Amino acid sequence: MSFQVHSQDFIARSRDALADAPLQSALGKLRMGLSVRRREAVAALPEFEALREEAAALRDYTLATLDRQLETFEAQVRARGGEVHWAPDAASARAIILELCQRYGAKKVLKGKSMVTEELELNEHLEAHGLRCVETDLGEYIVQLRRERPSHIVAPAIHLRKEDVAESFAAHHVGREHADRSTAEALMAEAREELRAHFLSAEVGITGANFAIAETGSTVIVTNEGNGDLTQSLPKVHIAVTGIEKVVPTLEDASTLLRVLARSATGQEASVYTTFSTGPRRPEDPDGPEAYHVVLVDNGRSAMLGTEFEAMLRCIRCGACLNHCPVYGQVGGHAYGSVYPGPMGAVLTPQLAGLDDTVHLPTASTFCGACEAVCPVKIPLPSLLRRWRQRAYDARLDGDRARWLLRLWAFFAARPRLYHPLLSAATMMLGWLAGPGGSFRRLLGGKAWTESRNFPAPEGGSFLAGLQGEEFAPTPRKARSR
Amino acid sequence: MRVALLVSCLVDGLRPSVGAAALALLREAGCTVRVPRQQTCCGQPAWNSGDRATAQALALKVLQDFADVEAVVVPSGSCAGMVRQLPEVLGPEHPRLGEAEALAARCFEITDFLVNQCDFTPAPLGAGQTLTYHDSCAGLRELGVKSAPRTLLERAGYTLTEMTQAETCCGFGGTFCVKYPAVSVAMADEKLASARATGVPLVTGGDLGCLIHLAGREERAEAGLSFRHVLELLVPTPAPALGAGHP
Repeated sequence: MSFQVHSQDFIARSRDALADAPLQSALGKLRMGLSVRRREAVAALPEFEALREEAAALRDYTLATLDRQLETFEAQVRARGGEVHWAPDAASARAIILELCQRYGAKKVLKGKSMVTEELELNEHLEAHGLRCVETDLGEYIVQLRRERPSHIVAPAIHLRKEDVAESFAAHHVGREHADRSTAEALMAEAREELRAHFLSAEVGITGANFAIAETGSTVIVTNEGNGDLTQSLPKVHIAVTGIEKVVPTLEDASTLLRVLARSATGQEASVYTTFSTGPRRPEDPDGPEAYHVVLVDNGRSAMLGTEFEAMLRCIRCGACLNHCPVYGQVGGHAYGSVYPGPMGAVLTPQLAGLDDTVHLPTASTFCGACEAVCPVKIPLPSLLRRWRQRAYDARLDGDRARWLLRLWAFFAARPRLYHPLLSAATMMLGWLAGPGGSFRRLLGGKAWTESRNFPAPEGGSFLAGLQGEEFAPTPRKARSR
Repeated sequence: MRVALLVSCLVDGLRPSVGAAALALLREAGCTVRVPRQQTCCGQPAWNSGDRATAQALALKVLQDFADVEAVVVPSGSCAGMVRQLPEVLGPEHPRLGEAEALAARCFEITDFLVNQCDFTPAPLGAGQTLTYHDSCAGLRELGVKSAPRTLLERAGYTLTEMTQAETCCGFGGTFCVKYPAVSVAMADEKLASARATGVPLVTGGDLGCLIHLAGREERAEAGLSFRHVLELLVPTPAPALGAGHP
């Protein structure tokens, strides 16, 4: 697989993230922002829970009939004058897109926000072949200037503060020595001016697709800035790149998913722009691209069908699981070392990159369940994470020490005659050492706990070892106080 | 009602007074309580570590230890949530799946049981005392336990001041807290800041794992909150609070 990850270093990266004050200040705003907005949007729509059920069932139906939906989609795109390209893996997707750019003599390519092209590392590939790629989503644009990766699937620059953005603009924008960069509005206006020249000079626009509608052969993007619309309508060629699982049967189905998507992602009832692209410009159309291509990317997705991870293919990339994940909220997206971070990324990344290098991702979760509780298509994320842990355990990818301790504990837990006296003796000793209400600052072998926490001492002795009898009669309070 | 008490290994080993409180409260609520002496652990550490074979072996032990009772009551949302998952642990083909399903269906977190099965009113021990409640994740999201512990505390006369982050994970997470201690502690710090902002002196909750993690962090930070399992607040003479030993 060509999917690049740096997830082996999760522990070091997460420690760096926790010590990074600007990042922590940016993440603090995320924790207080998007989840509150989602809660308000959901509270305002009484049928939201029913919609989640409907959306999950719709995604399952689509996956069960995926071959048919994709064939219908392809036929409809062709019928409207577009072309469909099938990419079994990342390398073939990159080759197809490069070939298309070359076919149309492109020198400059506009990019709409798209996670699948991040997954493909498309910009690097096109630039290596002499093309200039310009990200047009504000967040992606900022991240591209900084030569970083998006840290969130919906809000790519969520790890940055306004000051960081001002610094990047100052370093990269030529001839703007005296620009006012003190407000978000000023920064946005500056980016808009910089991007305008690109919009008018690029030959190809590449976007992702939030949905691909089989019935109509349309691709759909939802954005809040409108730059995605310019990307797909101004250049003479539009290439929509999307995962094969993003297809939906009908326009009606797309609207069902749209109702849960924006509310889950940003707490909006609908995104500012929801744009449908259907084929190239017709003679009577006032604008639009002369050529329309859709690249359908598999890259490990079809291998999930029919497996215990199939439910992950329901994902509509809303980012709600990231916004509500307390681990993501502390360490941010870059710590995960994958373009797909947070709970959805921790399930998807091992599938795309293999478990050997990504074993931390399913492990670095408390199973708190906040992700599953907000997922608009009800993906049982903790349960899927646990299945990766089972595979890691079976393949002996978890640490030897953890494994040995687990075995030791299991040995005793299965043998109550040993377990109870030992537990009682050990807790008696610890309780006596610490004294009533005491705690330990250090424990032999317990550094992982005590490096930053005290260990409250056991009271001393175990409950079961000290209990007389096994069956106890009721003692209603009135009878007792008489 | 005849119930069995699943003590949970943390209560059994670290804080027997919570086990004693559980037993006393169930009896007071009119239950005949069996405390199976052979019980050890529900197997959650193995299950969440991906060790299915050990989790299955301990699941079968739980089935054996807790046969023949009307209800299994647990002073931990986390362990009660694990018992609810026993059918998944055994898998759809297992010959004892039916038994596991029956056990899962009659397993209760203790505050939920006391309020919703027994309509229990505890002794009025809380007059004049204010506290805040930490919702543990498994109790809240796997079992839907939200109002029951608050109902018991209010019936006992305590005044609750809710923290803004009551439902946010505290970062304990079983083995997570020692596999990723830095992240775990950062999560605790956010929780503790939210608890301190209420101005109350005491944090309570239904899961000992969360509470020792939070108490240990609070004590290391030399800050002033103390911690008790919710059951300790419903019986007359509780042990010293967690974190009470700090200077």
